[in-house]
Amino acid sequence: MIVRISGEGQYELPDEDADRLNELDNRAVAAVEQGDEETFHELWEQMLELVQNDGTALNDDELVESDVILPPRDTSFAEAAGDFSGEGLIPD
Amino acid sequence: MPGLGGRMSTVIKSKISRILDRAEDPSETLDYGYQKQVELLQNVKKGIADVVTSKKRLQMQSSKLEQQVVKLDTQARQALSQGREDLARAALERKTVAQTELQSLDQQVTELEGQQEQLTENEKKLRTKIEAFRTKKEVIKAQYSAAEAQVKISEAAHGVGEEMADVGLAIQRAEDKTEQMKARAGAVEELEAAGTFEDITQLGPGQDDIDRELAQLGAGAQVDDELAKMKAELGSGGGEAPALGEGEKESRP
Repeated sequence: MIVRISGEGQYELPDEDADRLNELDNRAVAAVEQGDEETFHELWEQMLELVQNDGTALNDDELVESDVILPPRDTSFAEAAGDFSGEGLIPD
Repeated sequence: MPGLGGRMSTVIKSKISRILDRAEDPSETLDYGYQKQVELLQNVKKGIADVVTSKKRLQMQSSKLEQQVVKLDTQARQALSQGREDLARAALERKTVAQTELQSLDQQVTELEGQQEQLTENEKKLRTKIEAFRTKKEVIKAQYSAAEAQVKISEAAHGVGEEMADVGLAIQRAEDKTEQMKARAGAVEELEAAGTFEDITQLGPGQDDIDRELAQLGAGAQVDDELAKMKAELGSGGGEAPALGEGEKESRP
Protein backbone atom coordinates (compact mmCIF):
# COMPACT_ATOMS: atom_id res chain seq x y z
CA MET A 1 0.00 0.00 0.00
CA ILE A 2 1.31 3.43 -0.93
CA VAL A 3 0.74 6.08 1.73
CA ARG A 4 1.53 9.76 1.42
CA ILE A 5 2.13 12.02 4.39
CA SER A 6 0.97 15.29 2.98
CA GLY A 7 3.78 17.82 2.63
CA GLU A 8 6.44 15.14 3.19
CA GLY A 9 6.34 12.27 0.73
CA GLN A 10 5.21 8.77 -0.16
CA TYR A 11 5.91 5.48 1.62
CA GLU A 12 5.40 1.88 0.63
CA LEU A 13 3.71 0.21 3.58
CA PRO A 14 3.50 -3.60 4.02
CA ASP A 15 -0.04 -4.86 3.49
CA GLU A 16 -0.30 -6.24 7.01
CA ASP A 17 0.06 -2.71 8.34
CA ALA A 18 -3.01 -1.56 6.46
CA ASP A 19 -5.35 -3.06 9.07
CA ARG A 20 -3.44 -1.45 11.89
CA LEU A 21 -3.54 1.92 10.13
CA ASN A 22 -7.24 1.53 9.47
CA GLU A 23 -7.88 0.70 13.12
CA LEU A 24 -5.98 3.81 14.26
CA ASP A 25 -7.88 5.83 11.67
CA ASN A 26 -11.23 4.60 13.02
CA ARG A 27 -10.23 5.36 16.59
CA ALA A 28 -9.08 8.83 15.51
CA VAL A 29 -12.49 9.46 13.97
CA ALA A 30 -14.12 8.39 17.23
CA ALA A 31 -11.83 10.71 19.22
CA VAL A 32 -12.68 13.64 16.94
CA GLU A 33 -16.40 12.90 17.26
CA GLN A 34 -16.10 12.90 21.04
CA GLY A 35 -14.09 16.12 21.02
CA ASP A 36 -11.21 14.28 22.69
CA GLU A 37 -8.27 16.31 21.45
CA GLU A 38 -5.61 14.60 23.53
CA THR A 39 -6.52 11.09 22.37
CA PHE A 40 -6.74 12.29 18.80
CA HIS A 41 -3.20 13.69 18.91
CA GLU A 42 -1.87 10.45 20.43
CA LEU A 43 -3.49 8.34 17.71
CA TRP A 44 -2.40 10.72 14.99
CA GLU A 45 1.17 10.49 16.27
CA GLN A 46 0.92 6.68 16.16
CA MET A 47 -0.36 6.74 12.60
CA LEU A 48 2.55 8.88 11.46
CA GLU A 49 5.02 6.69 13.32
CA LEU A 50 3.60 3.52 11.82
CA VAL A 51 3.97 4.88 8.30
CA GLN A 52 7.45 6.25 8.88
CA ASN A 53 8.87 3.30 10.80
CA ASP A 54 7.31 0.41 8.90
CA GLY A 55 7.17 2.08 5.51
CA THR A 56 9.90 2.50 2.95
CA ALA A 57 10.23 5.96 1.44
CA LEU A 58 9.64 5.93 -2.30
CA ASN A 59 12.34 7.30 -4.56
CA ASP A 60 11.71 10.80 -5.86
CA ASP A 61 11.57 9.57 -9.44
CA GLU A 62 8.80 7.02 -8.87
CA LEU A 63 5.53 8.03 -10.45
CA VAL A 64 2.74 6.29 -8.58
CA GLU A 65 -0.51 7.38 -7.03
CA SER A 66 -1.06 6.92 -3.30
CA ASP A 67 -3.73 4.61 -1.92
CA VAL A 68 -4.05 6.78 1.16
CA ILE A 69 -3.12 10.40 1.75
CA LEU A 70 -2.59 11.45 5.34
CA PRO A 71 -3.07 15.15 6.13
CA PRO A 72 -0.07 17.33 7.05
CA ARG A 73 1.77 16.48 10.25
CA ASP A 74 0.79 19.77 11.92
CA THR A 75 -2.92 19.25 11.34
CA SER A 76 -4.84 20.98 14.10
CA PHE A 77 -7.73 19.42 15.96
CA ALA A 78 -10.13 21.80 14.23
CA GLU A 79 -8.81 20.82 10.79
CA ALA A 80 -8.95 17.16 11.75
CA ALA A 81 -12.71 17.42 12.19
CA GLY A 82 -12.97 17.73 8.41
CA ASP A 83 -10.60 14.87 7.53
CA PHE A 84 -11.40 12.38 10.26
CA SER A 85 -15.11 12.00 9.83
CA GLY A 86 -17.39 9.27 8.57
CA GLU A 87 -15.20 6.38 7.49
CA GLY A 88 -12.02 8.29 8.14
CA LEU A 89 -9.05 8.50 5.81
CA ILE A 90 -9.35 4.84 4.91
CA PRO A 91 -12.85 3.71 3.92
CA ASP A 92 -13.87 0.47 5.65
CA MET B 1 -9.37 6.36 -3.67
CA PRO B 2 -10.00 7.53 -0.11
CA GLY B 3 -11.95 10.69 0.44
CA LEU B 4 -9.13 12.91 1.58
CA GLY B 5 -6.75 12.10 -1.23
CA GLY B 6 -9.50 12.46 -3.76
CA ARG B 7 -10.55 15.83 -2.42
CA MET B 8 -7.06 17.22 -2.25
CA SER B 9 -5.90 16.61 -5.75
CA THR B 10 -9.22 16.56 -7.56
CA VAL B 11 -8.66 19.80 -9.41
CA ILE B 12 -5.25 18.95 -10.80
CA LYS B 13 -6.22 15.38 -11.56
CA SER B 14 -9.27 16.40 -13.50
CA LYS B 15 -7.13 18.85 -15.45
CA ILE B 16 -4.69 16.09 -16.28
CA SER B 17 -7.47 13.67 -17.18
CA ARG B 18 -8.94 16.20 -19.58
CA ILE B 19 -5.57 16.60 -21.23
CA LEU B 20 -5.24 12.83 -21.50
CA ASP B 21 -8.68 12.37 -23.00
CA ARG B 22 -8.40 15.16 -25.51
CA ALA B 23 -5.58 14.06 -27.75
CA GLU B 24 -5.94 11.02 -29.91
CA ASP B 25 -2.28 10.53 -30.48
CA PRO B 26 -0.63 9.38 -27.22
CA SER B 27 2.72 10.87 -28.10
CA GLU B 28 1.08 14.26 -28.52
CA THR B 29 -0.65 13.80 -25.16
CA LEU B 30 2.65 12.96 -23.55
CA ASP B 31 4.42 16.01 -24.87
CA TYR B 32 1.54 18.27 -23.92
CA GLY B 33 1.30 16.69 -20.47
CA TYR B 34 4.96 17.29 -19.87
CA GLN B 35 4.72 20.88 -21.07
CA LYS B 36 1.84 21.47 -18.65
CA GLN B 37 3.84 20.02 -15.78
CA VAL B 38 6.75 22.34 -16.49
CA GLU B 39 4.35 25.29 -16.52
CA LEU B 40 2.84 24.28 -13.20
CA LEU B 41 6.30 23.91 -11.73
CA GLN B 42 6.82 27.60 -12.45
CA ASN B 43 3.72 28.35 -10.36
CA VAL B 44 5.14 26.30 -7.53
CA LYS B 45 8.40 28.27 -7.66
CA LYS B 46 6.47 31.52 -7.63
CA GLY B 47 4.40 30.30 -4.68
CA ILE B 48 7.54 29.57 -2.67
CA ALA B 49 8.96 32.99 -3.58
CA ASP B 50 5.75 34.59 -2.26
CA VAL B 51 6.12 32.78 1.05
CA VAL B 52 9.69 34.06 1.32
CA THR B 53 8.55 37.63 0.62
CA SER B 54 5.82 37.40 3.25
CA LYS B 55 8.32 36.08 5.74
CA LYS B 56 10.64 39.02 5.10
CA ARG B 57 7.77 41.43 5.61
CA LEU B 58 6.98 39.77 8.93
CA GLN B 59 10.61 40.10 9.98
CA MET B 60 10.39 43.82 9.25
CA GLN B 61 7.23 44.09 11.32
CA SER B 62 9.03 42.30 14.09
CA SER B 63 11.91 44.78 14.14
CA LYS B 64 9.43 47.67 14.12
CA LEU B 65 7.75 46.17 17.16
CA GLU B 66 11.11 45.89 18.87
CA GLN B 67 11.67 49.60 18.36
CA GLN B 68 8.18 50.26 19.68
CA VAL B 69 8.94 48.35 22.88
CA VAL B 70 12.04 50.47 23.48
CA LYS B 71 10.15 53.66 22.70
CA LEU B 72 7.27 52.86 25.05
CA ASP B 73 9.70 52.02 27.80
CA THR B 74 11.42 55.38 27.36
CA GLN B 75 8.10 57.16 27.33
CA ALA B 76 7.01 55.42 30.51
CA ARG B 77 10.19 56.63 32.21
CA GLN B 78 9.65 60.17 30.96
CA ALA B 79 6.06 60.18 32.14
CA LEU B 80 7.04 58.88 35.53
CA SER B 81 9.84 61.39 35.94
CA GLN B 82 7.28 64.11 35.32
CA GLY B 83 5.00 62.67 37.92
CA ARG B 84 2.50 61.24 35.46
CA GLU B 85 2.04 57.73 36.77
CA ASP B 86 -1.21 57.38 34.83
CA LEU B 87 0.59 57.92 31.54
CA ALA B 88 3.48 55.72 32.54
CA ARG B 89 1.02 52.94 33.26
CA ALA B 90 -0.69 53.34 29.90
CA ALA B 91 2.69 53.22 28.12
CA LEU B 92 3.72 50.12 30.02
CA GLU B 93 0.44 48.42 29.20
CA ARG B 94 1.08 49.01 25.55
CA LYS B 95 4.61 47.81 25.93
CA THR B 96 3.36 44.54 27.42
CA VAL B 97 1.00 44.01 24.50
CA ALA B 98 3.76 44.76 22.00
CA GLN B 99 6.16 42.41 23.78
CA THR B 100 3.69 39.55 23.81
CA GLU B 101 2.97 40.02 20.13
CA LEU B 102 6.68 40.24 19.38
CA GLN B 103 7.33 36.91 21.06
CA SER B 104 4.67 35.07 19.12
CA LEU B 105 5.71 36.76 15.89
CA ASP B 106 9.33 35.71 16.30
CA GLN B 107 8.29 32.16 17.06
CA GLN B 108 6.09 32.03 14.00
CA VAL B 109 8.80 33.43 11.76
CA THR B 110 11.05 30.61 12.95
CA GLU B 111 8.33 28.08 12.13
CA LEU B 112 7.90 29.63 8.73
CA GLU B 113 11.61 29.27 8.07
CA GLY B 114 11.27 25.52 8.67
CA GLN B 115 8.31 25.36 6.32
CA GLN B 116 10.22 27.24 3.68
CA GLU B 117 13.00 24.66 3.80
CA GLN B 118 10.45 21.87 3.51
CA LEU B 119 8.81 23.56 0.53
CA THR B 120 12.13 23.88 -1.24
CA GLU B 121 12.69 20.16 -0.61
CA ASN B 122 9.24 19.39 -2.03
CA GLU B 123 9.86 21.48 -5.09
CA LYS B 124 13.06 19.56 -5.72
CA LYS B 125 11.16 16.30 -5.41
CA LEU B 126 8.53 17.50 -7.85
CA ARG B 127 11.19 18.55 -10.32
CA THR B 128 12.71 15.06 -10.10
CA LYS B 129 9.29 13.53 -10.80
CA ILE B 130 8.70 15.75 -13.79
CA GLU B 131 12.11 14.83 -15.12
CA ALA B 132 11.26 11.15 -14.59
CA PHE B 133 8.06 11.72 -16.52
CA ARG B 134 10.02 13.23 -19.38
CA THR B 135 12.26 10.16 -19.58
CA LYS B 136 9.34 7.82 -19.23
CA LYS B 137 7.33 9.43 -21.99
CA GLU B 138 10.14 8.84 -24.47
CA VAL B 139 10.26 5.17 -23.46
CA ILE B 140 6.49 4.86 -23.76
CA LYS B 141 6.48 6.53 -27.15
CA ALA B 142 9.13 4.13 -28.41
CA GLN B 143 7.89 0.89 -26.90
CA TYR B 144 4.15 0.75 -26.63
CA SER B 145 1.15 0.62 -28.86
CA ALA B 146 -1.33 3.48 -28.63
CA ALA B 147 -3.70 1.58 -26.35
CA GLU B 148 -1.00 0.39 -23.98
CA ALA B 149 0.58 3.80 -23.96
CA GLN B 150 -2.68 5.38 -22.83
CA VAL B 151 -2.67 3.27 -19.64
CA LYS B 152 0.99 3.86 -18.89
CA ILE B 153 0.65 7.59 -19.40
CA SER B 154 -2.34 7.85 -17.16
CA GLU B 155 -0.50 6.14 -14.33
CA ALA B 156 2.60 8.29 -14.59
CA ALA B 157 0.71 11.53 -15.07
CA HIS B 158 -1.42 10.90 -12.00
CA GLY B 159 1.71 10.24 -9.98
CA VAL B 160 3.08 13.63 -10.98
CA GLY B 161 -0.34 15.25 -10.50
CA GLU B 162 -0.60 14.04 -6.92
CA GLU B 163 2.84 15.41 -6.09
CA MET B 164 1.93 18.71 -7.70
CA ALA B 165 -1.31 18.95 -5.74
CA ASP B 166 0.50 18.15 -2.51
CA VAL B 167 3.15 20.86 -2.99
CA GLY B 168 0.34 23.26 -3.89
CA LEU B 169 -1.43 22.44 -0.65
CA ALA B 170 1.74 22.95 1.39
CA ILE B 171 2.28 26.36 -0.20
CA GLN B 172 -1.33 27.28 0.47
CA ARG B 173 -0.94 26.39 4.15
CA ALA B 174 2.23 28.44 4.48
CA GLU B 175 0.55 31.40 2.80
CA ASP B 176 -2.52 31.18 5.04
CA LYS B 177 -0.25 31.19 8.04
CA THR B 178 1.65 34.30 6.94
CA GLU B 179 -1.64 36.09 6.21
CA GLN B 180 -2.83 35.43 9.76
CA MET B 181 0.46 36.65 11.18
CA LYS B 182 0.45 39.75 9.02
CA ALA B 183 -3.04 40.60 10.19
CA ARG B 184 -2.10 40.25 13.85
CA ALA B 185 1.10 42.24 13.54
CA GLY B 186 -0.83 44.88 11.59
CA ALA B 187 -3.35 45.18 14.41
CA VAL B 188 -0.58 45.92 16.88
CA GLU B 189 0.87 48.52 14.54
CA GLU B 190 -2.52 50.20 14.36
CA LEU B 191 -2.60 50.22 18.11
CA GLU B 192 0.69 52.02 18.05
CA ALA B 193 -0.53 54.54 15.48
CA ALA B 194 -3.70 55.23 17.43
CA GLY B 195 -1.95 55.85 20.69
CA THR B 196 1.53 57.18 20.12
CA PHE B 197 2.68 59.37 22.90
CA GLU B 198 4.13 62.12 20.75
CA ASP B 199 3.11 64.62 23.40
CA ILE B 200 2.72 62.83 26.65
CA THR B 201 0.64 65.60 28.18
CA GLN B 202 -2.04 65.09 25.54
CA LEU B 203 -3.20 61.70 26.65
CA GLY B 204 -4.75 60.81 29.92
CA PRO B 205 -5.65 57.36 31.09
CA GLY B 206 -8.88 55.89 29.80
CA GLN B 207 -9.29 58.67 27.28
CA ASP B 208 -9.44 56.38 24.33
CA ASP B 209 -10.87 52.96 23.71
CA ILE B 210 -7.46 51.44 23.32
CA ASP B 211 -6.49 52.38 26.85
CA ARG B 212 -9.57 50.73 28.21
CA GLU B 213 -8.98 47.63 26.11
CA LEU B 214 -5.40 47.47 27.19
CA ALA B 215 -6.35 47.70 30.82
CA GLN B 216 -8.63 44.73 30.33
CA LEU B 217 -5.96 42.56 28.82
CA GLY B 218 -4.82 41.43 32.21
CA ALA B 219 -1.42 42.97 31.80
CA GLY B 220 -2.04 44.46 35.25
CA ALA B 221 0.36 42.51 37.45
CA GLN B 222 3.29 42.78 35.10
CA VAL B 223 2.67 46.49 34.61
CA ASP B 224 2.48 47.03 38.38
CA ASP B 225 5.81 45.27 38.84
CA GLU B 226 7.50 47.24 36.11
CA LEU B 227 6.08 50.49 37.37
CA ALA B 228 7.36 49.77 40.86
CA LYS B 229 10.79 48.90 39.49
CA MET B 230 10.87 52.04 37.40
CA LYS B 231 9.86 54.15 40.39
CA ALA B 232 12.63 52.65 42.46
CA GLU B 233 15.18 53.33 39.73
CA LEU B 234 14.04 56.89 39.25
CA GLY B 235 13.86 57.41 42.98
CA SER B 236 17.43 56.33 43.56
CA GLY B 237 18.52 58.31 40.51
CA GLY B 238 17.21 61.39 42.37
CA GLY B 239 16.46 64.94 41.39
CA GLU B 240 14.59 64.94 38.10
CA ALA B 241 11.16 63.95 39.33
CA PRO B 242 9.62 66.49 41.62
CA ALA B 243 6.30 64.70 41.81
CA LEU B 244 7.92 61.65 43.29
CA GLY B 245 8.81 63.80 46.29
CA GLU B 246 9.90 61.27 48.79
CA GLY B 247 13.60 61.02 48.18
CA GLU B 248 14.09 64.71 47.65
CA LYS B 249 15.06 65.92 51.08
CA GLU B 250 17.55 63.16 51.69
CA SER B 251 19.27 63.66 48.38
CA ARG B 252 19.80 67.37 48.96
CA PRO B 253 23.27 68.24 50.15
